[in-house]
Amino acid sequence: MVIKMTDISIQNLYKVYGDNPRGMMKYLLKGMTKKDLLEEHSHVLGLRNINLDIKSKKIHVIMGLSGSGKSTLIRHLNRIIEPTAGRVIVDGKNIIEISEDELREFRRYKASMVFQKFGLLPHRTVIQNVSYGLLIQGKNKVEANQRAQKWIDRVALTGFENNYPHQMSGGMQQRVGLARALATDAGILLMDEAFSSLDPLIRTNMQDMLLDLQKELNKTIVFITHDINEAIRIGVNISILRDGSIIQTGSPEDILLRPKDNYITDFIKDINRGRVIKISSIMKKTNIANGPKILFNKSIEEALPIITSASDSCAAIVDEKGKTIGSVSLDTVIAAISNNRN
Amino acid sequence: MIDFFTEFPEISRSGLRDIKNAIDNAFRSFSRSYGESIENFFDPLLWFLIWFEKLLVNTPWPIIMLIIASLCYLGSRNWKLPLAAILTFTLIGYLGMWEDTMSTIALISVATLLCIIIGMPLGIWMARYDRVQKTLNPLLDVMQTIPIFVYLLPVLMLLGIGKVPGLIAICVYAMPPIIRLTNLGIRLVDKDILEAANAFGADSKQRLIEVQIPLALPNIFAGINQTIMMALAMVVIASMIGVRGLGIPVLQAIQNQYLALGLMNGLAIVALAIIFDRSLQRYGERLQKHNNGHKND
Repeated sequence: MVIKMTDISIQNLYKVYGDNPRGMMKYLLKGMTKKDLLEEHSHVLGLRNINLDIKSKKIHVIMGLSGSGKSTLIRHLNRIIEPTAGRVIVDGKNIIEISEDELREFRRYKASMVFQKFGLLPHRTVIQNVSYGLLIQGKNKVEANQRAQKWIDRVALTGFENNYPHQMSGGMQQRVGLARALATDAGILLMDEAFSSLDPLIRTNMQDMLLDLQKELNKTIVFITHDINEAIRIGVNISILRDGSIIQTGSPEDILLRPKDNYITDFIKDINRGRVIKISSIMKKTNIANGPKILFNKSIEEALPIITSASDSCAAIVDEKGKTIGSVSLDTVIAAISNNRN
Repeated sequence: MIDFFTEFPEISRSGLRDIKNAIDNAFRSFSRSYGESIENFFDPLLWFLIWFEKLLVNTPWPIIMLIIASLCYLGSRNWKLPLAAILTFTLIGYLGMWEDTMSTIALISVATLLCIIIGMPLGIWMARYDRVQKTLNPLLDVMQTIPIFVYLLPVLMLLGIGKVPGLIAICVYAMPPIIRLTNLGIRLVDKDILEAANAFGADSKQRLIEVQIPLALPNIFAGINQTIMMALAMVVIASMIGVRGLGIPVLQAIQNQYLALGLMNGLAIVALAIIFDRSLQRYGERLQKHNNGHKND
């Protein structure tokens, strides 16, 4: 399997909906708000000055509530939506400027997509759906079916090849959607609220499946969600989108420990911080420490029982080689789990 | 002055006569110079219709029965409809209407085929461009509402009495449903599914053939069904310009007040309509089955 180095860079991206979107740019550049733009010029602001670098072979989550522009943003990455201004650079090429033919090639070979409402072809069976992208690429039916079968097996749908989408549950349908997207071997996987319409338990299973697959496939995945728990669970990096602007980008820990504003603080207040925050990010740096040893990459949740059982409620943090790199006390741990910003 | 309000200020008699004469003469000279080439243009259609009619009339009746019964079965996947069809055709044959019925079936089949060949691409074109829809819609309204005799007149002047003008008259009247429902069906295709096809890099031809038409098929079939029904409704009028079939005896019955003759042939047309309609409807339902898990039969 060919894995391409894929970096996505979004630069000064704007999207305005209305009769004369380009004409609105001058107001936006002067800093007009979304509300004023709607009231004074009856144009809707979709995205405002998005600048975002998405690292290759990692899962980048874009999180936002409905109306924040997250679905609009992901559709710029394969140009299903045309921007009002700005550039989207993939593999060094600005895909906003490429021709229709190049764009089709890009969609066929470089970026595939998974949809919230699955977007399966209802008149085709599972295997016909999974091989859809391959047939569009122009592969012959035998080869397409072979490769589709492989991905059907990988998403654990073996035996359902000849079922129609309506005969299956939502979770199974989305596995078909995932298999269809993976089958094209595209380096970029765009997932638009792919798991949002599923039951909580099935959603968790699907997240596990995605993380499992990613360990092996190392695709550049852009994952859209409105669920902060999902974002933190699967994202290597997270961008938080509000009213068409990105307000913070960082690792899940960054966002939990250093939320940029009250909006984000509100979001993360119900998160199980102990599970996300690594013990090393709250330790006091020191070379000498007493107490039981804890590996630096453990989460607080994993470290907590060890710390509480220690005689003076202190523990030493060690690196892979067993060398002490810091210490934590129960007080620091409690402070980190509680909502205090320190 | 008061005259202005009591009498509508109309064009003078001679002025009106001049206009009418001008139009009539223009069309007559058009007909004289192009009538023959237009007639030649439609010749292949005429040959096909004649060939098909002869084929139906000359094929031994048990074979025709068998074909109709199996088509009914293929359409409905049910033994009731073929049985009803065999009973109906036995009765039709027994009452001496076999040959006329075959002529009518040939006419309806060719007319429907023609409507599909012309109507479906028009519907697809209409679905793709809003401007085409805006232009064609009033035209389709005219086709469906204009009194048949009004457009029959120029057709007759051009082509004279015969099968082809009859066929054209039927098609003008029966084509709008297939155009409209193809357009509607394609426009109703789920936007999310179309977006998915786009995201995988399907071009417009791939979208049309693999997504839009298959998903629009139930509506397209409803259109074909209506087209057939409307074509059957035109059989009697077509017989007025010399098209053979069940319409001729009905026409005779009207002119001579033969109640029984009119009733029998009229009912034969109804029977054909019901058989066509039911087989196609069942077939359309089965096409939709993959969309709807509850409709298993």
